[in-house]
Amino acid sequence: MFPATFEYYAPTSLEEALNLLRQNPEAKVLAGGHSLIPAMKLRLATPPALVDLRRIPGLSGIRLEGDQLVIGAMTTYYDVQTSELVRQHVPVLAEATDVVGDLQVRNWGTVGGSLAHSDPAGDYPAIILALGAEVRARGPQGERTIPIDQFFVGMFTTALQPGEILTEVRIPVMGPGTGAAYVKFPHPASRYAVVGVCAVVGREDNICRQARIAVTGATLYATRATAAEQALQGQTLNADTIRAAAERAPEGLTITGDRVFASEEYRTHLVRVLTRRALMAAVEKIR
Amino acid sequence: MVQAPERLIGAEVKRKEDPRLITGQGTYVDNLKFVGTAYLAILRSPYAHARIKRIDASRARVHPKVLAVFTGEDLRRDGIGSIPVGWLLPDIKLPPHYPLAVDKARYVGDGVAAVVAEDRYSAYDALSLIEVEYEPLPAVVDQEAATRPGAPQVHDEAPNNICFKFAMVAGDVNRALAEADGVVRQRIINHRTSGSSVEPRAAVALYQPATGELTLYNTNQNPHLIRLLLALTMNYPEHKIRVIAPDVGGGFGTKIYLYPDEVVACYAAMKLGRPVKWVETRSEYLRATVHGRDHITDFEVAYKRDGTITGLKVTTYANLGAYISPFAPLIPTFLYVPMLHGPYKLPNVSAEVYGVFTNTTPVDATRGAGRPEATYLLERMVDLVARELNMDPADVRRKNVLEPFENYQTPLAFVYDSGNYPATLNRALELVDYARLREEQRRLREQGRYIGIGLSTYVEVTGAAPSQVAVSLGAQAGLFESAIVRVHPTGKVTVFTGSHTHGQGHETTFAQAIADEFGISIDDVEVVHGDTDAIPFGLGTYGSRSTPVGLTAAYIAGQRIIEKATKIAAHLLEAAEADIVFEGGRFFVRGAPERAVTFQEVALEAYVPRKIPADLELGLEATAFFNPSNFVFPFGTHVAVVEVDPETGQVKLLRYLAVDDVGRVINPMVVDGQVHGGVVHGIGQALWEQVVYDEQGNLLTGTWLDYAMPKAPDLPSFQTDRLETPSPVNPLGVKGAGETGTIASTPAVVNAVLDALAPFGVKHIDMPLTPERVWRALQAARGQG
Ligand SMILES: Cc1cc2nc3c(=O)[nH]c(=O)nc-3n(C[C@H](O)[C@H](O)[C@H](O)COP(=O)(O)OP(=O)(O)OC[C@H]3O[C@@H](n4cnc5c(N)ncnc54)[C@H](O)[C@@H]3O)c2cc1C
Repeated sequence: MFPATFEYYAPTSLEEALNLLRQNPEAKVLAGGHSLIPAMKLRLATPPALVDLRRIPGLSGIRLEGDQLVIGAMTTYYDVQTSELVRQHVPVLAEATDVVGDLQVRNWGTVGGSLAHSDPAGDYPAIILALGAEVRARGPQGERTIPIDQFFVGMFTTALQPGEILTEVRIPVMGPGTGAAYVKFPHPASRYAVVGVCAVVGREDNICRQARIAVTGATLYATRATAAEQALQGQTLNADTIRAAAERAPEGLTITGDRVFASEEYRTHLVRVLTRRALMAAVEKIR
Repeated sequence: MVQAPERLIGAEVKRKEDPRLITGQGTYVDNLKFVGTAYLAILRSPYAHARIKRIDASRARVHPKVLAVFTGEDLRRDGIGSIPVGWLLPDIKLPPHYPLAVDKARYVGDGVAAVVAEDRYSAYDALSLIEVEYEPLPAVVDQEAATRPGAPQVHDEAPNNICFKFAMVAGDVNRALAEADGVVRQRIINHRTSGSSVEPRAAVALYQPATGELTLYNTNQNPHLIRLLLALTMNYPEHKIRVIAPDVGGGFGTKIYLYPDEVVACYAAMKLGRPVKWVETRSEYLRATVHGRDHITDFEVAYKRDGTITGLKVTTYANLGAYISPFAPLIPTFLYVPMLHGPYKLPNVSAEVYGVFTNTTPVDATRGAGRPEATYLLERMVDLVARELNMDPADVRRKNVLEPFENYQTPLAFVYDSGNYPATLNRALELVDYARLREEQRRLREQGRYIGIGLSTYVEVTGAAPSQVAVSLGAQAGLFESAIVRVHPTGKVTVFTGSHTHGQGHETTFAQAIADEFGISIDDVEVVHGDTDAIPFGLGTYGSRSTPVGLTAAYIAGQRIIEKATKIAAHLLEAAEADIVFEGGRFFVRGAPERAVTFQEVALEAYVPRKIPADLELGLEATAFFNPSNFVFPFGTHVAVVEVDPETGQVKLLRYLAVDDVGRVINPMVVDGQVHGGVVHGIGQALWEQVVYDEQGNLLTGTWLDYAMPKAPDLPSFQTDRLETPSPVNPLGVKGAGETGTIASTPAVVNAVLDALAPFGVKHIDMPLTPERVWRALQAARGQG
């Protein structure tokens, strides 16, 4: 509970932050601190320096740009949860935020932090992945846009390069004929997802035109359940086709278990059950 | 004239301590600040079992903020001994438990070295600078496996890791089994849990070289016992030691004992001549503060076709962990075996218990201590018999519970003081509307929904301990409680109690009872506890003993005061002592109520004498030590209603009802609070909480990310109800209410889940009933079906 010694920087511009990261290659960016600080207190992380993003103007906020909902990296869960824009254009994100951590976590934790951390049991990674968003980052080489399908690359690892800062996430707004739901099976101790599944379904004439399904908790990092997606593509949407597709959800996923609460076998079972439930709920929500 | 207050006993008085605690003005150990404080951190073994070959602290010692590094050898050289065991049994093996490991580390978390530094951060930094050369040894975690030939030996002094064997027999179980219409055999595991008080342990030790006075501020439940054990461990005169347990953020049994870390803090303060503070982290708490339960039990139960249970044969392996914690031998023996009749007639019982060392954190009392293990076994037993006979579990209970009684000699050992088990059972069934609930269950099953109803009919033993009874049972110790009641000249009262409150609310309940006794306002009574320099020698709070033993001591002291005050009043009223009546805070002459003096006037006279004759001693103060004649036995029936999702195995608790009889109730709100907390504790064990080690003895549940504490959103609101059968053992008729909830709720919930799973043919699942375990049991049952 007592972190090792570290330097603390509070830059007031993105340029200053990027410079600090250049000068301190081992430094870590600090956002809401609700993943990083617990790790430091347990000395699982011992960064020599922290670069706090909180004083940098313009990194938080939610706006609509064309058919994209743009959320700044430093926007908190609470801001997302209570945003009218989010409720209107990507309702699943606001709804799912209810099951992220507790009030304090939602007041501190940020969208950027939750994605950059790539926690194997994080909720947002699966949701943002299923939504087919893209991520903007600024680094020594300037700005770039990373499609979310290329963003999560491992447990606690993303496509962000050293010294890069995630600045915003851009989510396609959900048009007519689309519905989405996130179903979470929380761990009784941590409340993180033992398994979480987010399903986004596009329907035309009761045929599934598009399905994106992402799994968290069971996998090393948020991963799409492509076998289930393909099984549903072009099918009539009903309880039977959904069940059949959900049965295939674990195919191609690397599912890991733990020895205390949920084994690999059980999580595999949950991936099927939760995929079915998420798909059913997503179809239910189609507008 | 002073208005006689309303009767306080039985009233829902709001807790006097709450404004202080709720507004953050409590004095917890870590809040204490002393000039020049140094900070202690303990280096703990990462191995479950390892020989300590070499400790090199030279790099830590040169850290600029480090004041000292100590090892087990240092302490031994300075005469610090082994922590004594407070409860002995015949033929018990007593390997030493040094505050820092000397030759071997015996569990993950065993203290190996200590650092004292100028600040906490530096102390923790320096831990990583200490180099310890370990030779890892094979470890043993499972207590049954530990007794098999060839198992790793935790202590050379205890062959086959057996610390003690304990047995009791009543009647003839083998005959009951032979003559039974049916026999059920079951292995049940009552797994290991952590007490998990919100405040971990903490200590500040102060030493005055000039006077030799050693003061320990410490999170404990019993300052005098800590002082005694500390004096014995440190070979230091008891009267030079003062132990203060200020506000303590929950104990649940885990703060009864003297722990190694507190000894090291005292030692360090004496060596350095500076205040030394040590505050446990949560990760340390989960490793270094005692765990509870951890029984592996096989039982056989004999029953007749009509549901009468005739015999029970039990073999239990109780895991003691790596060292004997001071009360550990008591828990799986006297607090477990004699309770194996429960509330039932059950004439034939035999039980054998092995207390076993393993390479795990020591196990001792946590909330309920022994009685939850006995009750869980009995209540599973009843439901298994009901299942075999295809009888309603409520009917099997009705068939077997004792008729109402006073002073019932159980076949094994105890004399139950008073009880009316059919009354609480019937009341509970009536309040849940049992018949309708069963009907609803049938209806929902047809829709593919599985709800289950679980009963738990319990009796437990509190009020430790009548010393004579304890000794006659073979225990080598007894207990009492003490109190001083001091009436001040203005008639205000201070109660000094040997009990300790760390959530129980004594500052209110004791004040209620004493205010009533004297007919004064509750605001005029202050309760002082937790400081060996302030209170008489007392034994503290655990095992729901404070009200039946501690409050009774205060009440008896109060009676002595009234006796003396009556003499003073007689002089003031110029009447014969025999003619004085004391009522509602007034002393008056029988038949002439207007000839009266108040309690306050008498108090003033006791200190500012005008009419007291010379032969009557001044002052108004009395001391009492209460050594009860028997234990007291609270009882009741709890009902849990759950729904199981057969697809995921997830259990949802829908409803919970507790009907308890804890004797006379002083404050219903406080009792409700105890029951609610206790019930949650027991539900936690049934569904979520578990300490898990891997085969090498690594702790897999070392933080609250893995150790699943119960949380409010997972719980329904509870319904409580009470009957009051007074105890004949003490003048107030009180029993104890701190543990009933924990004892009753675990089996109620487990029985409910298994009741929900009855259509699938699932008979037993070991706790905690995690979704995966339930799912696996369903898979297995479906595979067979
Ligand atoms: C008690 C508790 C319960 C929780 N429960 C849940 C839960 O149920 N579900 C869930 O999903 N999460 C949960 N969390 C985690 C929480 O959501 C975290 O807040 C979140 O995962 C990380 O966001 P943050 O802003 O706190 O990031 P920080 O902790 O500040 O940072 C996390 C990591 O991301 C990096 N980082 C942060 N921002 C950026 C950026 N803009 N650019 C580049 N790198 C960056 C940091 O350097 C660090 O490595 C819980 C946390 C706690 C303490």
